[in-house]
Amino acid sequence: MSTKNKQKHGREKGSVLLEMRDVYIDGYSDDKWHPIIKGVDVTLHRGEIMGMIGESGAGKSTLGLAAMGFARPGCKITKGSIMFDGMDLRAISETERRALHGSRIAYVAQSAAAAFNPAHQLMNQTIESALSHGIMPKAEAEEDAKKLFAALQLPDPDNIGYRYPHQVSGGQLQRAMTAMAMSSRPDLIIFDEPTTALDVTTQVEVLAAMRNIVDQFHTAAIYITHDLAVVAQMADKIKVLRYGNTVEDADTRKMLKEPKEDYTKTLWAVRSLYKEEQANEDVVLRIHDVDASYGGGIKVLEDVTIQVPRGRTVAIVGESGSGKSTTARVITGLLPPIKGEVYFNGEPLPPALKDRSKEQLQRIQMIYQMADTAMNPRHTVRDIIGRPLEFYLGLRGAALDQKIVQLLELIELDESFIDRLPGELSGGQKQRICIARALAAEPDVIICDEVTSALDQIVQEGILKLLLRLQEELNITYLFITHDIATVEAISDEIVVMFQGGVVEQGPKTKILNPPFPPYTELLLSSVPQMDPDWLDTLLADRAKKGDVMKASG
Amino acid sequence: MSTETDQGYSAAGEVGAVRARRTMSENIWRGLKKAPPTAWFGMIVISIYLFLAIFAGILAPYGEEEVLDAAYLPSWFDADEDFPWDPRFLLGTDQLGRDMLTRLIYGARNTIGIAVATTALSFGIGGTLGVLVTIRPGFFDQLISRFVDVLMAIPGLIFALMLLSIFGSTVTNLIIIIAVLDATRVFRLSRAVAMNVVVMDYVEAAKLRGEGLMWIMRKEIIPNIMPPLVAEFGLRFCFVFLTISALSFLGVGIQPPTADWGSMVRENATLITYGSATPLFPAGAIALLTVAVNFVVDWFLHKTSGLRDEH
Repeated sequence: MSTKNKQKHGREKGSVLLEMRDVYIDGYSDDKWHPIIKGVDVTLHRGEIMGMIGESGAGKSTLGLAAMGFARPGCKITKGSIMFDGMDLRAISETERRALHGSRIAYVAQSAAAAFNPAHQLMNQTIESALSHGIMPKAEAEEDAKKLFAALQLPDPDNIGYRYPHQVSGGQLQRAMTAMAMSSRPDLIIFDEPTTALDVTTQVEVLAAMRNIVDQFHTAAIYITHDLAVVAQMADKIKVLRYGNTVEDADTRKMLKEPKEDYTKTLWAVRSLYKEEQANEDVVLRIHDVDASYGGGIKVLEDVTIQVPRGRTVAIVGESGSGKSTTARVITGLLPPIKGEVYFNGEPLPPALKDRSKEQLQRIQMIYQMADTAMNPRHTVRDIIGRPLEFYLGLRGAALDQKIVQLLELIELDESFIDRLPGELSGGQKQRICIARALAAEPDVIICDEVTSALDQIVQEGILKLLLRLQEELNITYLFITHDIATVEAISDEIVVMFQGGVVEQGPKTKILNPPFPPYTELLLSSVPQMDPDWLDTLLADRAKKGDVMKASG
Repeated sequence: MSTETDQGYSAAGEVGAVRARRTMSENIWRGLKKAPPTAWFGMIVISIYLFLAIFAGILAPYGEEEVLDAAYLPSWFDADEDFPWDPRFLLGTDQLGRDMLTRLIYGARNTIGIAVATTALSFGIGGTLGVLVTIRPGFFDQLISRFVDVLMAIPGLIFALMLLSIFGSTVTNLIIIIAVLDATRVFRLSRAVAMNVVVMDYVEAAKLRGEGLMWIMRKEIIPNIMPPLVAEFGLRFCFVFLTISALSFLGVGIQPPTADWGSMVRENATLITYGSATPLFPAGAIALLTVAVNFVVDWFLHKTSGLRDEH
């Protein structure tokens, strides 16, 4: 690459690029300023990748943006110095700061789909910052962008730039966004949870591409995430944040091997949850030979047969687009199948929702991925939990209130929550209220659609533990839809692997998770990031040796 | 609660992190305190109008249709030889010698009352249909939407004029005709905003629970589309108000001798050529109320738009 030598000049590893000293940031809410970041130091050398981890609300993103000298609306940097390559980002003018953004400091956001303008081709957006900062002329920038696309292993790098954002996949878009950030060859890139929205098989490709390109151009990076295993692959050193304070700072390998602080250890220990698998012959829910489609001729599900034993957890895994959620829609009756039946307790269920009796609806409940949108923001907790009680069980007045409080206690909250609105709850609490709403109907089966994937790991663990406890106490059956293999390992009895609308295999957890694997299961399992910092290298080397497993599988 | 776990996560820990809930009245008071002076001005003007409208019978110095004198000028108007003023009539009398102040006060009752009834009816029809078609899309939606398109294709004022001359200019007809014509706009708006709400998971959850159409509409959707609808209510109110005035001005609106600001402007219009300010009073009353309502609506829109000021 001809530009490489030119760009490498003066950016060898070593010298300090970014130095933040004793930074304080306040956020405005409730008519008051609250401290969000309370005196954090960051030192980043050229060509170094720093991982920033912590739960949601720890101040990761706020600190990441502060590294650009930027505070979101409603936030202000109150104290401390932010030195970037000898410039004090707090002292320079807004215009000078803007000149730095996009040219020397770039930002890659979590949702590439939201960050791209759907009305423009990828190419124009990729080279926009290079053009507007006058770094290179258009033709040169386009040539360069194509090289970047190639370096990021995007298919057909010469032409992909002329597609629109909706014409490429989520993983490709995330890589295009990285190309956009790289187009002006910045000294520093801030990655804010860039792979959180992607499924595991895509995540591996994006991670490899990002690491490769950052390494190639000696760019320094701050990598913000709540996924430890991911940060272990990317970062040279890790900073653990909590409540706006630094908990621990160390090199990646050192921190993984011997975390010092208790809090860090708890982050590491989260993946320890495990449930012994149990079998049960009594089948509560059976999906038999189902085909489904959303209008048009294309079948989203084909010949799907799944058996769900009573009082057990069946996990459906697969990447996005594999038909997991469609299966749930068929079971609930939202999408009547074009072929096949759903049997509940041995009886066939009417295919369409409107033909099902109240009793049948009551027996199957659903918990959603986004607790935010699953609860009406204008209803109080009393309305949300109380409605199914009133609707199915006919409870009124004092009996209703009593039962609501009982349910709140069951999900480890107390009666002080009863008059809260969803906006006044944290992410974990919201999901708990959704669980309580499902429980209120006294169901046999609860369909959990990615219920923990929007939560950070510590809260996730709390929710999973709660679900397991409830299953033990109430003998509830879970149909657990997820793409997170770690969760599946922790809580399931049986696993169903889905790929492109079909069931690859179904069986007990120990059988599915142990070799021999069908090729797709193997790809899926090997794509789950491990806490080992060499995992990605080993995996890539392995895959290169074996040839592309993807091709073999589909 | 003893859920303290070794992972350091506990629901009890989360409890402390949430702030206390405010009561409704506290919230309203906090909102009012932050209202800009324009909104305060608007609210005060609207309160005065409402007060006048409600207590018109007590406040008005004379009867609504009482013919008293032939003096045209307000009492404080600088009198010249041609038009001697009369201290009995604060704002003078109209072209038939009825007290202008009395007519203005009764006009507030009639004009605002009819405008509120019309707007409420048009929101009742348009809002309900708009939300219903989003919950049950398909044929029903197409049918209503295309019918609305047809209604909207005909210029409103001319259509209203035509319908009023067919059915006769009674107050009831006036309210129903304007309400139906205005409901088309409300239908469009509520359909558009409800479409964003109807796809939310909580609506799906309600459907899965087996809730009926009306319950979903009343409890799940309408509370979430209220802000844009309330803002639109304020604006529509002004338009209805202007439509009625325009129709009265054209002679098919509120019929004499009922006091109505629009017809009062028309009836007294010729007096302006004689140097009397009489027609300006009802015109001013219309303008002031429109401005006041818009100030309040602007404030409400700003408040609910969710835009945060940069600090």
